[in-house]
Amino acid sequence: MKKIVVLAKQVPDTANVTGDAMKADGTVNRAALPAIFNPDDLYALEMALAIRDKIGGEVVVITMGPPKAAEILKHSLYMGADRVMLITDRKFAAADTLATSYVLAETIKKIGGVDLVLAGRQAIDGDTAQVGPQVADKIGFNQITYVSALREFNDNYLIVERDGEVQTEVIKSSYPVLLTITGQANTPRYPNCRRMLQYFRADVKENFNDSELSAAESNDWIIPTYALADLDLDEDRCGLKGSPTKVHKIKSIMLKGGDLKMYGTKPTNIKQLVRDITKVYVEVN
Amino acid sequence: MKSIVFIEKNPVTGKLRNVSIELTYKAYSLSKPLKGEVIGVFAGDALPEDTDRLFQYGLDRLLYFTDERLKHLHSIAYKHILKAMIKSEEPDIVLFGATHTGRDIAPLIASSLKTGLTADCTQLYVEDYKDKGKILFQVRPAFGGNILATIITPDNRPMMASVREGVMLLPEKHPNHPVKMESFPVDFNESWIKSEFLSVVPKVKKVDFNSAQTIVSGGAGVGSADNFRLIRELANALGGEVGASRAAVDFGFVDKDHQIGQTGSVVRPKLYIACGISGQIQHRAGMEESQKIIAINKDPEAPIFKIAHMGVVGDVNEIIPVMLRYLKEEG
Ligand SMILES: Cc1cc2nc3c(=O)[nH]c(=O)nc-3n(C[C@H](O)[C@H](O)[C@H](O)COP(=O)(O)OP(=O)(O)OC[C@H]3O[C@@H](n4cnc5c(N)ncnc54)[C@H](O)[C@@H]3O)c2cc1C
Ligand SMILES: Nc1ncnc2c1ncn2[C@@H]1O[C@H](COP(=O)(O)O)[C@@H](O)[C@H]1O
Repeated sequence: MKKIVVLAKQVPDTANVTGDAMKADGTVNRAALPAIFNPDDLYALEMALAIRDKIGGEVVVITMGPPKAAEILKHSLYMGADRVMLITDRKFAAADTLATSYVLAETIKKIGGVDLVLAGRQAIDGDTAQVGPQVADKIGFNQITYVSALREFNDNYLIVERDGEVQTEVIKSSYPVLLTITGQANTPRYPNCRRMLQYFRADVKENFNDSELSAAESNDWIIPTYALADLDLDEDRCGLKGSPTKVHKIKSIMLKGGDLKMYGTKPTNIKQLVRDITKVYVEVN
Repeated sequence: MKSIVFIEKNPVTGKLRNVSIELTYKAYSLSKPLKGEVIGVFAGDALPEDTDRLFQYGLDRLLYFTDERLKHLHSIAYKHILKAMIKSEEPDIVLFGATHTGRDIAPLIASSLKTGLTADCTQLYVEDYKDKGKILFQVRPAFGGNILATIITPDNRPMMASVREGVMLLPEKHPNHPVKMESFPVDFNESWIKSEFLSVVPKVKKVDFNSAQTIVSGGAGVGSADNFRLIRELANALGGEVGASRAAVDFGFVDKDHQIGQTGSVVRPKLYIACGISGQIQHRAGMEESQKIIAINKDPEAPIFKIAHMGVVGDVNEIIPVMLRYLKEEG
């Protein structure tokens, strides 16, 4: 029996950034980008579910984000999460990794009795890979990053493979421990049909009108939200205020184009190309 | 501007990681004009074999702590030791290599020092900022590489940043001076060891981009694993290394070790030949600093032509054989 927390984030799909996703002033138009479940976090959730399915316990998925982020919590319920928590408050806006990890760590402490925290290796919007370790620091857990496989686990310990860049490490840790998970670790399961039927109406409370509310409550459709005050957080450590890093300026990347010499495809052209390459080659070496 | 650089050893070779040297020189160029010291911090089972190399890149002092128990990455122990070293010096800037080790430890330290850490910077410079005096400006790609953000940490110290290997350049001529070695006292607490390393297997490294002057890369446009042979032949003929786009890797044309870009290696060869590669931002992130870029692509609109110096619009599988023939002729 283990109490497992999964940290999941809703992110803009940065892999499919199209023209209108960039505003004229060079900032990102988030509204023009589809929001998705951060890919690495799905592997973390899958690992949590696999562990719970085998040794029992509870999987709690928490996300800090705007109300819309309830979408990924709904998806987590479809996949089999036992409980979800949406940490949402305007005062959390513009949090950097230090402020984000503070809020997540306090939430984990509030849940209490947590044995295992699983985070994605990194989120594709910022690619920082910092939130996982910074949560580990704040809750005082052991940490193993870049986990690429779960080899063995039971109530007392787990054994994982870590992608150590120049070497593969096989590491055993007892609980409590926080792992950050890479895309090599597993294949996330599909949403479960029965659970989709059960939770397809799940949403945050304010999106139900009065007449729907009692049905929503009895059917367990309400995705619980927690604000700054609910978690007794120190406002100075949240959001923009609690973030030591600030964005000074943002520039979209424009390709300059420039001194490009084109060659035709006839043998003589290619011969010239090879000459020029060899020339560069001699010059630069 | 006092700077600290995390000095990292490659656990497989026992030698310094290149990124530690690159960052030492970067710290030197940031700190020296402002008469600041550059200090290395090292923790591990033993000093890197080639610690002397740090002499040549502007390091002033190296604080080190060695202990058998640090043979493996015991994150919590590393955090406590490096944090103590950093605190004892009160630096303005702390730089980490964005390796799987640096990215494991640096966030722990930043969290525990309650300061900012900017990941994967591609540019670092020091300038005046409002009434804050001189601070570090940290430029990094964000949103999947679609934008460049300049991040600052105006009110906290130290200002921490990580940088990937190969991003910061090394100079031709080095500031050569001896490093003062200082063994740093640590009251090692057994409870810092929380993981047990059951086995460690070095990854077989098949690719060496570091010493390659020329890289010939193939992308999805190469078409098949079989055709990819042409990429290898061209690389061989030019005495270079074989690179690839992620699409070529995903299609199984070539091993992941060859991938160049945001999630692969960052390279900066003298000659980069992109064959059948569209030049998406994530690929460019790993190669656009190459001195000369040559693109061969069927599509004249491919973004790779925007950064190329020489280009051919055509089929790689027809053009490369002709190139190989002429290369042989030219000797
Ligand atoms: C988070 C993230 C990280 C990523 N990291 C990386 C990374 O590290 N490295 C990387 O490379 N990509 C990375 N990508 C993927 C990247 O976005 C592109 O999908 C990838 O670079 C495309 O590879 P390609 O140019 O080979 O393929 P394509 O974009 O499919 O381009 C193929 C090109 O070949 C041309 N072509 C086709 N046939 C021929 C022919 N016979 N002769 C000549 N030309 C031909 C086409 O005109 C086209 O331009 C990443 C993506 C994401 C979302
Ligand atoms: N706002 C958030 N809410 C919940 N989890 C998060 C949040 N931000 C980051 N994480 C977790 O931390 C990991 C690393 O994020 P990052 O440091 O932003 O790359 C993600 O894969 C998530 O597991």
